[in-house]
Amino acid sequence: MRLRLGPLLLVVPMLASLLAVSLYPVLRTIWLAFRNTSLAAQGDRFTGLANARRLASDSHFWKAWRQTLEFTAATTIAETLLGLVIALALYKRFRGRGFVRAAVLVPWAIPTVVTARTFSWLFDQGGLVNYLLVKTHLVGQPVNFLGSTTLALPTLMAADIWKTTPFMALLLLAGLQTIPPGLDEAARIDGASSWSYFWRVRLPLLMPTLLVASLLRALDAFRVFDLPYVVTGGGPASSTETMSTYAYNVLFSGLEIGYGSAIATSMFITEVLIACAFGVFIVRRVRQEG
Amino acid sequence: MRWVRRGAFGILVAGIAVWSLFPFAWQLATSFEPDRDLARFTPTWLPIPGGTLQHYRNVFVAKDFAPYIVNSVIVDVSATAIALVFAALAAYSIARLPLPGKGIVLGLVLAVSMFPQISIVTPLYQILISLHLIDTYPGLSGVYIGLSLPLMVYILWAHFRTIPQEIDEAARIDGASPLRALWNVIIPVALPGVVPAALLGFIASWNELLLALSLMTSPPRQTIPVGIANFTGLYSVPWGDIAAASVVVTVPLVVLVLVFQRRIVEGVTAGAVKG
Repeated sequence: MRLRLGPLLLVVPMLASLLAVSLYPVLRTIWLAFRNTSLAAQGDRFTGLANARRLASDSHFWKAWRQTLEFTAATTIAETLLGLVIALALYKRFRGRGFVRAAVLVPWAIPTVVTARTFSWLFDQGGLVNYLLVKTHLVGQPVNFLGSTTLALPTLMAADIWKTTPFMALLLLAGLQTIPPGLDEAARIDGASSWSYFWRVRLPLLMPTLLVASLLRALDAFRVFDLPYVVTGGGPASSTETMSTYAYNVLFSGLEIGYGSAIATSMFITEVLIACAFGVFIVRRVRQEG
Repeated sequence: MRWVRRGAFGILVAGIAVWSLFPFAWQLATSFEPDRDLARFTPTWLPIPGGTLQHYRNVFVAKDFAPYIVNSVIVDVSATAIALVFAALAAYSIARLPLPGKGIVLGLVLAVSMFPQISIVTPLYQILISLHLIDTYPGLSGVYIGLSLPLMVYILWAHFRTIPQEIDEAARIDGASPLRALWNVIIPVALPGVVPAALLGFIASWNELLLALSLMTSPPRQTIPVGIANFTGLYSVPWGDIAAASVVVTVPLVVLVLVFQRRIVEGVTAGAVKG
């Protein structure tokens, strides 16, 4: 009896924490999504799909949805490609490799709010980026990056790409290091160019790591909150509103708990769908190779 | 051709280092430059000579930034310590003991780590209100325990698996209980996994904004990310003060990361590659 209960007892503290802090709250948010709970209007009734219908016709929500997807797609693709380049460079032996490897960790260690403030300053109208653009005559007047409805979101993307590419590079580097070094020699002896070695051997072997790493990135990018909250507050003219900032405003400024929970639930469902899509893709690849 | 390729590679590597280090180096330089230099369009590249500590004085004296740091340290250290104990017990049980439903437990841990924070924040707020823990250290700390657990369990589990079974069997034969075997035998051997688990959990809490913003409702209780996010000036953006505050809260983290560089890389990559 002791043998069976013991192992279970050891996981109880962890399970209890996850239940209290994640699992129960998510289920309750889904439950709230079907109610008109509001601290401003004092409602708290079951209203079925009323919140879902309101979501469907809420143009602000769809704008945030589209911008969040754009942000997720652009940053995930850029971080994967840049991360791959950095990983391939760091895989080689060269003098000072330890230093560069350490340097790459710095952006990852910096709190996102600090990254947000740093990029606000760099891309300010009186900031360094504008100085360089004006000095090199690329623009005549300083550009108001963060005050422009077309440039603010790409600026936030740049900040995210800067901060998270290192994480991607490290994951891919670890993946590269699991490829047996003997393959490299074998391919050379067979007369393969380094170009075809990359496309035919390395990339296919790296694919599972590449997919898992970009899945982790996409899931994380989709819930982006800190950058728009700190840098632009979702503006100008809601051009950097993301699903997280919109839900936060509805919940904590509008005090519409029911409707805000519906937005949060739609995010939760989208995350599950993203994970499933990647999951199917990964399983298929593994089967093909296995 | 050879030297062209080597030159191109050198430029690439140098570019990677500059790209990684420059933005923070710029904040560092900004934090020592007097306001009149920051207001000019032409930047002062280095605050030497003419550097000032005025921004650091502003941060600690005028803006009273120290409480944010104290709050963050209390919440994050306690959360990391407790989560580490919970995670070590759970990971040990999953990796080593005859626990029924291991796959389900690990799957649950992974699934929970994907939940967006915005989809748990309202119920957490309500729970903490009903427990009278809103705007308290135990409240936010308890939430951070749950948030850092999945990654910690995963890292520790991956490490415990690599330790040969004979080691703890030997301890058991000598009459040690499973807990004693964990503490005296497994933990010391698995230390390379314990360090990144603790550090990654700590960094995640140190950087967290959304929940801190929502669950610490009064300024005297707020943590560093909230303090930096809400940093505003009366008439213009105080770039120098913001830079100084950024440097103060980032330097400890950067030092930790550089010291434990190897282990962190192992920890970060354990999940994605081995899994």
